[in-house]
Amino acid sequence: MAIWVLRRLMQALLVVFAMTLIVFMAISFMGNPVDIMISPDADQADRAKAIAALGLDLPVWQQYLRFLGGAIQGEFGRSFVFNEPAIGLILSRMPATLELAVTATLLSIVIGLPLGLYAGLRPDTALAKILMGGSILGFSLPSFLIGLFLIAVFAVELQWLPSTGRGQTAPLFGIQWSFLTADGLRHLMLPALNLALYNIALIMRLTRAGVAETMQAEYIRFARAKGLTTRRIVFVHVLKSILIPIVTVIGMEFGITIALSVVTETVFAWPGMGKLMIDSIGVLDRPVIVAYLMISVLIFVLINFLVDIFYTVIDPRADLGAAE
Amino acid sequence: MKSVARMLALAGTVAMLGIGAAHAADKLTIGVRAAATSIDPHYHLLNPNKDLAAHMFDGLTAMDQNVHLKPSLAISWRLIDDQTWEFKLREGVKFHNGNAFTADDVAFTIDRVPNVANSPGSYAVYTKRIKSVEVVDDYTVRFTTDGVYPLLPIDLSMVFMLDRETHEGLGTEDFNSGKGAIGTGPYRFVSFQRGDRVELERNDDYWGGKPEWDEVTLRVISNDASRLAALLAGDVDIIDAVPTTDLERLRNEARVKMWDALSMRAIFLWIDHHQAEGATFVSGPNGEKFSENVLRNLKVRQALSMAINRDAIVERLMQGAAAPTGQFLPEGAFGYDPGISSPAFDAEGAKRLLAEAGYPDGLRITLHGPNDRYVNDSRIIQAIGQMWERIGVTTKVEPEPWSAYIGRMTRGDFSIGLLSVGTSTGEASNPLRSVFATTNPDKGLGASNYGGYSNPEMDVVVEKAMGTTDDAAREALLREATRLVMDDVAVVPLHIQKSFWASKPDLALEARRDESTRAMEVHRKK
Repeated sequence: MAIWVLRRLMQALLVVFAMTLIVFMAISFMGNPVDIMISPDADQADRAKAIAALGLDLPVWQQYLRFLGGAIQGEFGRSFVFNEPAIGLILSRMPATLELAVTATLLSIVIGLPLGLYAGLRPDTALAKILMGGSILGFSLPSFLIGLFLIAVFAVELQWLPSTGRGQTAPLFGIQWSFLTADGLRHLMLPALNLALYNIALIMRLTRAGVAETMQAEYIRFARAKGLTTRRIVFVHVLKSILIPIVTVIGMEFGITIALSVVTETVFAWPGMGKLMIDSIGVLDRPVIVAYLMISVLIFVLINFLVDIFYTVIDPRADLGAAE
Repeated sequence: MKSVARMLALAGTVAMLGIGAAHAADKLTIGVRAAATSIDPHYHLLNPNKDLAAHMFDGLTAMDQNVHLKPSLAISWRLIDDQTWEFKLREGVKFHNGNAFTADDVAFTIDRVPNVANSPGSYAVYTKRIKSVEVVDDYTVRFTTDGVYPLLPIDLSMVFMLDRETHEGLGTEDFNSGKGAIGTGPYRFVSFQRGDRVELERNDDYWGGKPEWDEVTLRVISNDASRLAALLAGDVDIIDAVPTTDLERLRNEARVKMWDALSMRAIFLWIDHHQAEGATFVSGPNGEKFSENVLRNLKVRQALSMAINRDAIVERLMQGAAAPTGQFLPEGAFGYDPGISSPAFDAEGAKRLLAEAGYPDGLRITLHGPNDRYVNDSRIIQAIGQMWERIGVTTKVEPEPWSAYIGRMTRGDFSIGLLSVGTSTGEASNPLRSVFATTNPDKGLGASNYGGYSNPEMDVVVEKAMGTTDDAAREALLREATRLVMDDVAVVPLHIQKSFWASKPDLALEARRDESTRAMEVHRKK
């Protein structure tokens, strides 16, 4: 187990290192952020001064070495735009994105799983067919469009919920969260639903397929013959065996949900780190982009790690040492 | 918790006085497209930062809605000799923490501006011509400039005054945390959440009279459709940068009121004038390369300009959200020449000119432009491409994101591209010196002259204008210089953008021509 964890960690560090190199070089060759940020009233001397102030006058490889040198000491560069440490900037925006992604993931489980179960157990009912048809829309409509549609219906026309932004926050563990206040929850509902729609559809279809397949299995027939109640069969025997692929997908999708939240954050003016990333790309704020991607890679690695551990809990056959 | 306590206190007061709760606190929420990046008024010279700073800080001078100079912390100014300006300061002005504003604070501010660490766009642009500051007495200050410099009062409208006692030694992060967010302005700092919102409250002791709003929130909603939806849903009171595609619909919408102003931003086509390796994206009708830069031929430039139907672009594509132009300043600006009209559309004449220039079979041009910068930018270059096709110029249109485009632009990697000039100083010398003057880093000339344009005759006129302190004489010279570059089609001017705002129907806005939105200019209708 310890060796397995260590090996995973080494792999993660290598991925992060390779990623910083690629991203650093790519952004540097794309253009000079000073051209974007400087005022049109500035002359050549002002421009040269700004370039020197940001350390962009050095050759790119020297800039990269400087970045690596800082990274070893835990200093990952300062944002060109905000003049604040890039990591701190991203971490300050992370709670907003995390609460959005977690709420969306919970929504997709709470809604997707029961609906999928129903559609799998009663595949011939009209409701099941409507659900399955609807899930195709959940897959295929761009979340940008659905987001605007949700705002138009629930905020502009019905005026039930606020249109954009994050609501009032309250502290927990020294971090400001908006899901702790009523106002915050009201603001959270539309963007979380928007972000969840794709996963609701995904989990629904996965569950339905799993249920339909498992219900035909020998051991289920046997359980029936033995006289177990349908409830026990579905919630203990069927659910347990279909849960493994669903947990894998939820794990993988959680990372993707964080990444995809960029679109939802833009439409709903949600002050998360995806929005920060998009704004940073717009002005080539390299330190923030690199730091954001480093954190993203680490999140992905961490999620996969947790999913692997979770396997051993729900499926005793899984052995982490052997999985390598 | 603090805001809850404040609400309770307020509720208590309201109950005691027996006032109706409807307008107990007059709050204004402004939905803006672009985010301010810092509370430090000297950190990053950027329009959203200037707009925000103007709520909390004041300059010695200020710009009114029409970008004309007006007194602010200084009540008067005059030249005492060619290179010395004397400013008389307003007495009795207090910072938000109660400190008095005096001439020594001016000296401190001018000293701080060029020394802000890691600034990606320094305000020193506006102070670098000041050689020394002399504090004559508490309310008199003299600036000695490097050479004759008639624009100093205009430049100082961009420089927000700080307090030596409060701000000595404070860095940008101290402002962002709120510690240093102390000015003399009409609103006081409450909170700053990067990329999301800034909250302000009324400064009851403002020298210019009691501000209208108890609380002001600037909320960043960068997506155009969402910003509009937030207004329609009642979450914000007024929004800026209304997209032109919605103008028609909104004019007939009872829930909103529209406001507009002709801005100081001219949209034009940039032309590559370089001789060596110039115009690499221009070739003959069958793709044959030219040995020289075709665009250096005045007739070719005139033909390309004449072939553009500016009225059609403004009416159809911009939905009236612009005014066609033949120069880079809007009517009423210092140096605008009423004698220069928008070039007439004449496709036949353009064809003839092209033939006279020696290209009767037309040309092949790649037209570049940004797709996320100006109002309808990529659609404008597509329309121009089609108009050029009609005079036999086969046009390939290549829009790209601004972050990639501007880098190529500064390297001169285009032949013709869409660009704008926004004249923040409200007078003509600014674009003449940066966009049109022959490039000369030592004199700070031609910094945005990416096309390598050079017109020595105009350079002389501009230099003369810069040494002329008499306003009327200077304006005449600036007009002359403008005529020289426009007759020479140094660039192809297209139109001046209009700025649009939409508000709740019970508000009134004094629309600004410099694209800013300020709570001080939003009023509740009586």
